[in-house]
Amino acid sequence: MYLRAYYFMLTDEQIKNLELKANEIRQDIIEMLVAAGSGHSAGPLGMADVFTALYFGGVLNYDPKDPWKEDRDRVILSNGHICPVWYPTLAHAGFFPRGELMTLRKLNGRLQGHPHYRELPGVENTGGPLGQGLSQAIGHALAVRMDVAAGKLPKGERMPWVYALMSDAELQEGQNWEAIMFAGKNNLHNLTAVIDRNNIQIDGFTEDVMPLEPMADKFKAFNWSVIGVDGHNVREIVDAFNKAMAIFENPTVIIAHTIPGKGVDFMDWNYEWHGKPPNSEQATEALAQLRTLGGKIQSEHQ
Amino acid sequence: MILNHKLFEHDVEQTPTRNGYGEGLVELGETNPGVVVLTGDLKESTRVEAFAKKYPERFIECGVAEQNMMGIAAGLAAAGKIPFISSYAVFSPGRSWDQCRVSVCYSNLNVKIAGAHTGVSVGPDGATHQALEDIAIMRVLPNMTVVVPCDAIETKKMTLASVARPGPVYFRFAREKTPVITTAETPFEIGKAEVLWDSQNFQFSNSNFQIISEFSNLQNQVAIVACGPLVYQSLVAAKELHGEGVGTTVVNNHTVKPMDAATITKVARDCGAVVTVEEHQIMGGMGSAVAEVLAANYPVPMEYVGMPNKFGESGQPEELLEKYGMSVAAIKEAVKRVMPRKKG
Repeated sequence: MYLRAYYFMLTDEQIKNLELKANEIRQDIIEMLVAAGSGHSAGPLGMADVFTALYFGGVLNYDPKDPWKEDRDRVILSNGHICPVWYPTLAHAGFFPRGELMTLRKLNGRLQGHPHYRELPGVENTGGPLGQGLSQAIGHALAVRMDVAAGKLPKGERMPWVYALMSDAELQEGQNWEAIMFAGKNNLHNLTAVIDRNNIQIDGFTEDVMPLEPMADKFKAFNWSVIGVDGHNVREIVDAFNKAMAIFENPTVIIAHTIPGKGVDFMDWNYEWHGKPPNSEQATEALAQLRTLGGKIQSEHQ
Repeated sequence: MILNHKLFEHDVEQTPTRNGYGEGLVELGETNPGVVVLTGDLKESTRVEAFAKKYPERFIECGVAEQNMMGIAAGLAAAGKIPFISSYAVFSPGRSWDQCRVSVCYSNLNVKIAGAHTGVSVGPDGATHQALEDIAIMRVLPNMTVVVPCDAIETKKMTLASVARPGPVYFRFAREKTPVITTAETPFEIGKAEVLWDSQNFQFSNSNFQIISEFSNLQNQVAIVACGPLVYQSLVAAKELHGEGVGTTVVNNHTVKPMDAATITKVARDCGAVVTVEEHQIMGGMGSAVAEVLAANYPVPMEYVGMPNKFGESGQPEELLEKYGMSVAAIKEAVKRVMPRKKG
């Protein structure tokens, strides 16, 4: 059982442990992708720190033994293709055995290539075709608001929170702007969106394919609060999540500036790694880099 | 079968089917606290205004944004609510089909989708607003139930019944006033087709019609399988055909999916020929679904009354049904076309 750690300051040691957790998740990502033989590399590696902060930084209220408990916080993954980071995060959090991770994209498995609603404990939504997650999250936020008003769910700072995790390029989908407009109009303060601002998409850099900037100004114009963070600084990410909970007047978007492929030098900042997995040699090299934190430490596996 | 006793009178009551939706929602609001109603800037014409006034905390105005509306409904359903989304069918599910497929159907979520203003009889607004493809794009989706009620009373029953059916349900309404065919006592069950006219067994199936004193029983030669308000035209056609010595049976096939294969197969077997009637494209519609059932179970000659691979246009509802081949006369012609194709 994990409960929100309200307003507590993470110690340096806790931060270090979170960084190690993110590193383990990155290694799982590489191993899963090699076993699957297909899937996306850059996005999952880039979001490992955000997922770690969310699930292990005292942000979420969840219970892997009772994954659908009424007062849980909800995580909606809109850009479902980065599920190779969601699945290991959920496994590390105890929702299902880590051994199952190697069944990614395999027949009769639960780890679908794009996440399927409740096929796995903790998987709250179906996502993949871009642009749909924020609307789903709004539905949850509205339902929670109705149930809080009816006294069925806790109010105040224990009000169940809804997190919509999204990519940057999916803001090119029109549905998102319908949803952003709706959430702004309705002041859905229990909704926090997180944009993975990694600047890449399949055909190249976002600003070349279809520019998204000025992203923060666009959200502000739709009555959202905007927080920008270094998507690899766990303390900054956790602080941003806590700050978003304190903002009552409107919904908050956290723009997490991330490096696609973070942690593996031949993948980072290279949009060609958006949609493909490493081969076994590349995986060996990637794992060596991750296990030594880029040569900074000795690996016990060396 | 108990039907409106004034069915064949000139002053038969006429009500838009969508009215039954609005009345059903108000009742549901009372009995089911999980029911939530959404609309995309069409509160009055989809008849959800009464619910909105009575239960404002459970009414959600989405603005002209149908894709977001479908997605919000998915989220509400995942959180345990029973959302009814209300728009014109050309917009929802017309524009929001991808959201319906991915966010709703693949997750088998409890979302009820009301598509108003379907068929050419939408009339003066023209082809852009005449939904003629919605049955096809909804019935192809796994987990989806598709219901096409024939009148306002049946629409209300269907609205009430839909909450007891888990998973996504699509239902379509007409715009214009159409004759009230059924009564509060007429049986209705999602997934169960009903025989409304049976030339062979008048005493049994048409006991409340005055015409039983005028008409003697005739052997059924063709089964007319219809859905939506055109069930009325089908009944009028059946009555006229009976007067001309041609016996038919008329089936109200309101549930296009899952179809009542047993009833459809039975009437095909009894009559040896089928005419399907719907205000929808022939391709992919209710008639196509009947053909799928019969091809697998009991193939018989068939004719389809529906939109023949065309877009509509502006005009009066009656004129449009006439021009595009969905009138009483067109149904009778289809019956006469299919009869010589019967074997033996």
